[in-house]
Amino acid sequence: MVQRLDYLKETPSQTAGPYVHIGLVPNALGNPGIYPEDLGRSPILPGAKGEPITLTGRVIDGAGMILRDALFESWQADAAGIYPGNDPRGTADPKVTGWARVAADFDSGIWRLDTIKPGRVPFPDGRLMAPHIAVWLVARGINLGLQTRIYFEDEAEANAQCPVLARIEHVERRATLLARKTGPGAYEIDFRLQGEGETVFFDM
Amino acid sequence: MTKPNSVDRGPLFFRDRDWHPAAYTPGYKTSMTRAPHRALVAMGSTLSEETGPAFGHSMIGELDNNLVMNFTGQPAIGERIIMHGRVLDENGRGVPGVLVEMWQANAGGRYRHKKDGYLAPLDPNFGGCGRTLTGPDGSYEFLTVRPGAYPWPNHVNNWRPMHIHWSIFGSGFGQRLITQNYFQGDPLIDLCPIVNTIGKQEAIDVLVAALDMNRAIPMDCLAYKFDIVLRGRRQSFFENRKEGM
Repeated sequence: MVQRLDYLKETPSQTAGPYVHIGLVPNALGNPGIYPEDLGRSPILPGAKGEPITLTGRVIDGAGMILRDALFESWQADAAGIYPGNDPRGTADPKVTGWARVAADFDSGIWRLDTIKPGRVPFPDGRLMAPHIAVWLVARGINLGLQTRIYFEDEAEANAQCPVLARIEHVERRATLLARKTGPGAYEIDFRLQGEGETVFFDM
Repeated sequence: MTKPNSVDRGPLFFRDRDWHPAAYTPGYKTSMTRAPHRALVAMGSTLSEETGPAFGHSMIGELDNNLVMNFTGQPAIGERIIMHGRVLDENGRGVPGVLVEMWQANAGGRYRHKKDGYLAPLDPNFGGCGRTLTGPDGSYEFLTVRPGAYPWPNHVNNWRPMHIHWSIFGSGFGQRLITQNYFQGDPLIDLCPIVNTIGKQEAIDVLVAALDMNRAIPMDCLAYKFDIVLRGRRQSFFENRKEGM
């Protein structure tokens, strides 16, 4: 016998289900009157430093259907690469909260995130990761929230040096994380849950 | 009382993927086209997972954790219950000051959602969501009504056991968790395909809130206790030493 390790186990996940909006974005759903406003409507405040960008996209299942009941949260650094709140390296731009809650449109399934392009943040060994937005995606049928990242196709040099992208063994799959530039400050990226062009999901 | 979490910066413990439900669980049909087929790319956490959003008391309204009263100010119909417990991490420490959000069906098993067409009526005084911040020891408390069971289209005659949905933040974005609690003694728990996406009975058991007569209020409401555990963080005394570990 040995001493017993006294760690607890993480509570097992269960799906967010089809009615996640009731709890997380009740005003967007059309249930006003409980909270004055939904949390995470924007990851920035007016006057945030950096390049303003708009990201749009869809969440698509393995049968090619666009999800209307998906919701994700995004978390990002400011333009200098500092995270708001508890970043041990310093204080972020006070106009950047970094966190947003983004629900797919109930009819079209298209989501939209208006933010600023984040700066580079170091990997634990000090090498710089490429600019990215961390994403945690939930929906009916997803048993445990999916972790992925949004990178930017026009950051080729930084992307080539990113230690996280480098860990994706199937090189051609790295492109699934790159938002495509469609105009000045405009990017598009779809999250494909399964099958051809399946988005890279992380266990980090 | 456990001491508050004083280390909120270390790398996250790795997730035990055999403890969580698998992504692809044919008993729950919707998962079949929404489960990634490729292996997850696994690596240790970075600053992007170790930092996360924080929420302040100023955004929390007085009735936010009172679902009986928070929709119209008139009481909702149903069996009044207190839901309480603590948010802990895998090190066993209470996680203070984190946002806990919850949502649920009303006492008849009907959700206030435009996509829910179940024939049980809406309760005009029940909105169905609440939120609170944990106290210094990670504790939280809600007053609500016990949600009803309801049927759902999966196999022909599937019913969800009584349950509440929970959304919990830690101090890092990588600790983000959504789950559901069930209620002690509900015979529908064992029959539910969503419950059974979890492979281990031991893991299902920790989602079943226990009747807690010590917290029940005589002539007012019953109470159930539901503790929630988030991923832990490594305590890194040696991390800055060049000789390392």
